[in-house]
Amino acid sequence: MKTPNAVPQAKKKRISYAKWGYIFLLPFTIVFIFFQLVPLVSTIYYSFFKYYRSGLQIIGPIFNGFTNYVDLFKSDMFRYFGNTILLWVIGFIPQILISLLLAAWFTNSRLNLHGLRFFKTVIYLPNLIMASAFAMLFFALFSDIGPVNGSLMNLGITHSQIRFLATVGGVRGLIAFMNFLMWFGNTTILLMAAILGIDPSLYEAAEIDGASSNQMFWSITIPLIKPIMAFVLITSLIGGLQMYDVPQVLTNGTGAPDNTSMTVLMFLNNNMYSKNFGTAGAISTVLFIICAILCLIIYRSMTKTDSMEEKAHKRRHA
Amino acid sequence: MSNNTEMPAEAVKSTHRLKMARLGCYIVLAILCFLCLFFFYMLIMNSSRSNFQIQGGFSFIFGHSFLINFRDLINDGSIPVVSGIINSLIVSAMSALLAVYFSSLTAFAIYAYDFRLKKFAFSLILLIMVMPTQVSALGFVQQMRAIGLGDSLIPLFLPAIASPVVIFFMKQYMDSTLPIDIIEAARIDGCNEFRTFNTIVMPIMKPAVAVQAIFSFVGAWNNFFVPALLLDSANKKTLPILVMQLRSADYLKFDMGKIYMFIMIAIIPIVIVYLLLSKYIVGGVTLGSVKG
Repeated sequence: MKTPNAVPQAKKKRISYAKWGYIFLLPFTIVFIFFQLVPLVSTIYYSFFKYYRSGLQIIGPIFNGFTNYVDLFKSDMFRYFGNTILLWVIGFIPQILISLLLAAWFTNSRLNLHGLRFFKTVIYLPNLIMASAFAMLFFALFSDIGPVNGSLMNLGITHSQIRFLATVGGVRGLIAFMNFLMWFGNTTILLMAAILGIDPSLYEAAEIDGASSNQMFWSITIPLIKPIMAFVLITSLIGGLQMYDVPQVLTNGTGAPDNTSMTVLMFLNNNMYSKNFGTAGAISTVLFIICAILCLIIYRSMTKTDSMEEKAHKRRHA
Repeated sequence: MSNNTEMPAEAVKSTHRLKMARLGCYIVLAILCFLCLFFFYMLIMNSSRSNFQIQGGFSFIFGHSFLINFRDLINDGSIPVVSGIINSLIVSAMSALLAVYFSSLTAFAIYAYDFRLKKFAFSLILLIMVMPTQVSALGFVQQMRAIGLGDSLIPLFLPAIASPVVIFFMKQYMDSTLPIDIIEAARIDGCNEFRTFNTIVMPIMKPAVAVQAIFSFVGAWNNFFVPALLLDSANKKTLPILVMQLRSADYLKFDMGKIYMFIMIAIIPIVIVYLLLSKYIVGGVTLGSVKG
């Protein structure tokens, strides 16, 4: 409903509006630089310095090149990285399998399941729970004198307490189970959206050709949701590398038994707590490099599939 | 049903098979729902029982000690529960507020204006979207201590102004729902850009703001790593730090009823908000995480 002569006027003005773009970006830029960029740079900077507490004295910072990294690689760091990845894997495998299964069921029009909103609501719930409190709950329930042991003994399933939190398998299993419980709903919803974004005519054509639900799942659904599965995998891996709250609270920060559930971030936390700033900086830098590579992969996949997904997006909203 | 009689035997068999498959699905779903709800149910039940009753094993019946546990917890001098709740509320509410307002503003800058660094800014936001803040925690904590904000709640919510994920979500939402014509119409009416944003753009963004406010609130409420490194004094601590404090104390001496009550206070407010707004939250999950 614009008058014809308003159009060139608006166009002319748009150039001068550019300054507003910069003005509106200002709060983000200032906060990003001050609270994220500078701390990141100084974290990396500390990693090249001899900088720690000895008794009540702070030693350094004195430049010492790559010594912190050399010491770090000689320490148990690889073991903690191994723990972190292992804990992530044993939680992620059931998570992706169950999520795929549920996503396929929820989107299967032949099955036509009812109460989807209820199920989605319930399975997403654990994702929002305070992980540290959730771990504390598991600790209370599964401790030696906790109600799990109480119930098992009452029912006569076991005669002595099962020490869940004193065995490697028990602790790792509980951590993985909690991670599974917290994330499978989220993954299900993501995969469902991906499946619903697939062109329905592909399924119709396959159905006319007499394909079964199984065949359609393996030859249409899986290949077409691969990009989203890759996204889920990498974001989950980044989340896995940050694993901290659950093992920290469950094992009281010890990574018990015998450091088998000590994650990288727990290791970082211990070093920061005891003011080993040089080492903490080196751990952070290693973690940053790994995450940066993963971020780059996600960035590439997002900008590459841009036009394709835009189409899918429009179709869904049509 | 009425069609059944006219169906050939083959079709009857296949609908029968479908029914069995459906039953199987419901059983699996029921088991998963049980797993998701069981622990929270037990949490609520145990928070209403006495220490002695809890050790005896699970009970599905609500106990008599709910108010006693609550009173004991609030009056316990060693765990500053009340200030913990207040601190957590301040940090979470401020985070949510700052994150949605400034992320909308940032997204609007990229969406509505043409300027030279526009592409660079958006690429940067995409690039750092999933970067964990923990990697710079060391520098962050040192810097906050250096400027005298070491034992303060401010560094826990001020950084929310730069929340790449929220910005990305807002940008996606603008792409699909905010017509650029509206902004130009406002300009013709003589509205300045800042007022246009506050009075025209923000109201249109309401649904996205609601979803992201909840996610930001929950994220801040549950945040543990950095606050634990930053906060020293007891009356500044947020709930997750107090959870850890309870864990490291000699728990055998504790009244378990009190501990369950505390966990419940940390968890249940979020659960209630979630159940009230689940429609929007579940719908918002996909929009925030993947394109489309």
